[in-house]
Amino acid sequence: MKKNLALVWRRIPQRYRLIGSLCESCNEKFFPKRHFCPKCRRKGKIKDFQFSGKGSVYSYTKVSVAPEGYESMAPYYLAIVKLDEGPLLLAQIVDCEDDEIHIGAKVRKAFRIMNKDGKEGVINYGFKFIIDN
Amino acid sequence: MRRVAVIGIGITKFGEHWEKGFRDLVIEAGKNALEDANVQGEEIDALFVGAMSPGLMVGQEHAAALVADYIGLNPIPATRVEGACASGGLAFRNAYMAVASGMHDIVVAGGAEKMTDLDTAQISTVLGGAGDEEWELFQGATFPAIYALMAKRHMHEYHTREEDMALVSVKNHKHASMNDYAQFQKEITVEEVLESKTVSSPLKLLDCSPITDGAAVVVLAELEKAKKYTDTLIEVIGSGQASGQIALHDRQSITQIDATRVAAEKALKQAKVTHKDIDLVEVHDCFTIAEILALEDLGFFKKGEAVKAIRENQTYYDGSLPVNTSGGLKGCGHPVGATGIKQIVEVAIQLRNQAGKRQVKNAEIGMTHNVGGSGATAVVHILKRIK
Amino acid sequence: MAGICSYGAYVPKYRIKVDEIANVWGEEGERIKNGLGLIEKSVPGIDEDTATMSVESSRIALERYELAFNKSAIANAVFVGSESHPYAVKPTATIVQEALGFSPNVYSADLEFACKAGTTAMIIINSMVDSGKIDFGIAIGSDTSQGRPMDALEYSAGAGSASFLIGKENTIATIVDHYSFSTDTPDFWRRQHAEFPSHGGRFTGQPAYFRHVISATKKLLERTKTTVNDYDYFVFHQPNGKFPQLAAKQLGIPKEKIDLGLVTPYIGNTYSGASMVGLANVLDNCKGNERIFVCSFGSGAGSDAFIIEVNANIRKIRQTEKEYHRLEYYIKRKKYLSYGMYAKHRGKLKGLED
Repeated sequence: MKKNLALVWRRIPQRYRLIGSLCESCNEKFFPKRHFCPKCRRKGKIKDFQFSGKGSVYSYTKVSVAPEGYESMAPYYLAIVKLDEGPLLLAQIVDCEDDEIHIGAKVRKAFRIMNKDGKEGVINYGFKFIIDN
Repeated sequence: MRRVAVIGIGITKFGEHWEKGFRDLVIEAGKNALEDANVQGEEIDALFVGAMSPGLMVGQEHAAALVADYIGLNPIPATRVEGACASGGLAFRNAYMAVASGMHDIVVAGGAEKMTDLDTAQISTVLGGAGDEEWELFQGATFPAIYALMAKRHMHEYHTREEDMALVSVKNHKHASMNDYAQFQKEITVEEVLESKTVSSPLKLLDCSPITDGAAVVVLAELEKAKKYTDTLIEVIGSGQASGQIALHDRQSITQIDATRVAAEKALKQAKVTHKDIDLVEVHDCFTIAEILALEDLGFFKKGEAVKAIRENQTYYDGSLPVNTSGGLKGCGHPVGATGIKQIVEVAIQLRNQAGKRQVKNAEIGMTHNVGGSGATAVVHILKRIK
Repeated sequence: MAGICSYGAYVPKYRIKVDEIANVWGEEGERIKNGLGLIEKSVPGIDEDTATMSVESSRIALERYELAFNKSAIANAVFVGSESHPYAVKPTATIVQEALGFSPNVYSADLEFACKAGTTAMIIINSMVDSGKIDFGIAIGSDTSQGRPMDALEYSAGAGSASFLIGKENTIATIVDHYSFSTDTPDFWRRQHAEFPSHGGRFTGQPAYFRHVISATKKLLERTKTTVNDYDYFVFHQPNGKFPQLAAKQLGIPKEKIDLGLVTPYIGNTYSGASMVGLANVLDNCKGNERIFVCSFGSGAGSDAFIIEVNANIRKIRQTEKEYHRLEYYIKRKKYLSYGMYAKHRGKLKGLED
């Protein structure tokens, strides 16, 4: 899965640190970043916002058939996580046993390898979540 | 706006066509459609082709020009339309608008996909591109996973069961078994669905539409002109299209596809009909949960209530609301770009009373519903048989 | 004076038992457990490496600091000591600094000195803070070490990471003095492009580990005119459970002074992390006014010895830290792997892309 380097590199701050956006006009928070507020449009004032990385499971699935580059991690849990600050995002839940995950389970961010570009290419890192019990 | 009718339909068998490539499939469906309409090549004004990703699947971009060339339609304008799995529906809508607007009188709309030239992991990655590459795919999401997240939440909110989803698959396989151009010709049981391999829990292999090669083509004409070609006019009486967030997690609700709701409202309003007037509907059941969501979001049932009708077998071809008589994406197959056009073909077959064993009695008005991605694009059409 | 302002240690969730490995190679598990003084070792998750573990242990250190002192620390130096950097060329440190939000005003680099690169990072950062060059720096010792299949090291090579936030503001412990002792001793090495390390068997003992650890310890005690009795705890590099106990015996240190800092028996040898993870466990149990003697060892070979004096500020950390900040949480949290799963986690299966 040869990926253009810049394609992944330009999202590093968001992926490493959960930097999203805040619209100062309506106080709505966004992850991933938005360049303008879909609600306030031109009246919106967008600035960077650091999410705490705490949230809860909104929905989840155990992925048994994984896409290219993720096969060795399968099966893995993938969840929609509701961040404590409001927005939903999609992330893997790792180090998680079948009886630990349920809708509403508390989770917190972790820093993990997302994929590798073959044996000699770059290693891409990003956020996943772990159960916060 | 001018009135528009479908005057010709053509389709290939859906399935694994090892011996046929992208262009072979389109030529076959195109030839069938043009013969069915009884139009000559020089009478056609324009061509729209829906294809999701021939570039990634067979390395061929510029697909519309290729199709025009190979079905002998040069030098008419040929345009490829892309909206992921809704590409076919969008091609049809563009063809419809081109005729309705008065720009063209006779237009061909086609859809095709050649998927089996890639292996499963590759095709799964390509299809994933219908979602958000940076914030879904990168996280390890697949399309089944995205719909599984909707299914899990739907189960949580509305007590939908895995058995209910299995019923959708069983019904669509039953319909497919009565449809010669469908990929699957075999009936299955609820137990077989539940026991099939888990793809992304709670979705199992038999909850998922297959990987399919196929093409479908229809010919549209201005209504007065259409009368020259056929006695059974299938008029396009409503067309609606809407967009939603590309990523599932950006939506207000993940158990509802807003784009479907808006597209249906628009189409129904234009057609001046209500849900009660619809005799059959072809919905976008890329996964069994998607058929349940579609029936709710199209407005046939309130949220959480579609499963009741499904449990009561009301959605079979002889039920009160026949759904996916073609077999749907699940049973008939899902050659992505072709699906939206196949839905039109199936409704036309039913309205022409040519559906044989799966014929819906006295079918007069039919609806099609085609979705791109996890619901970022939805397109709905309503067709009516007129004398 | 510079000192430790906060700290954190991280160990992955996965373990493999010595018995499980011994079984594969037809060895007697009991004999090996007794010989090495360990029962199991930690194994990284399939998506974990030195960089990810470094981030986790550093996040613990930073969170602890923020909770205890109500302000966040911005580090201007990040040094990662490891012998399993994910890249041969391309720093681990820049990945870590970016994830911690310190870019771009950072002195950063990867260090390698077998198992003592992390403590050497502590000395460098401590000196930078003392010199006034930086306010805060993070020294990390982190490894996902590899043991060649069937080699003795396979039983002990674990995974773990420890991070020390060093600065002048709100120190919880002072580095009173430190001393380093190093010579060219080829007891253990890994050549460029080699997948697994090689070692000198029994040669790793007396001329390597014991000579350096004992010399560094004695010299620092002499220099500071202190004796074993002046310290509450001793932490030594712990390639297995036995070596540090033998070193303590030779130095006349009672068992109870080394037990708290000896965690290898439960998690295996975390290499660059080993003495630092041990120190983290001691700090986790300190209340203030304790004196700790730490001595690392890196093959090749050398030792860094430290005298660390804990102060009452550590109570602020005790009062505000969360359960998952403490090493105990990671030691208790575990899932056992079969040898097959272990081979998959460690990329030891032929024909699979790493």
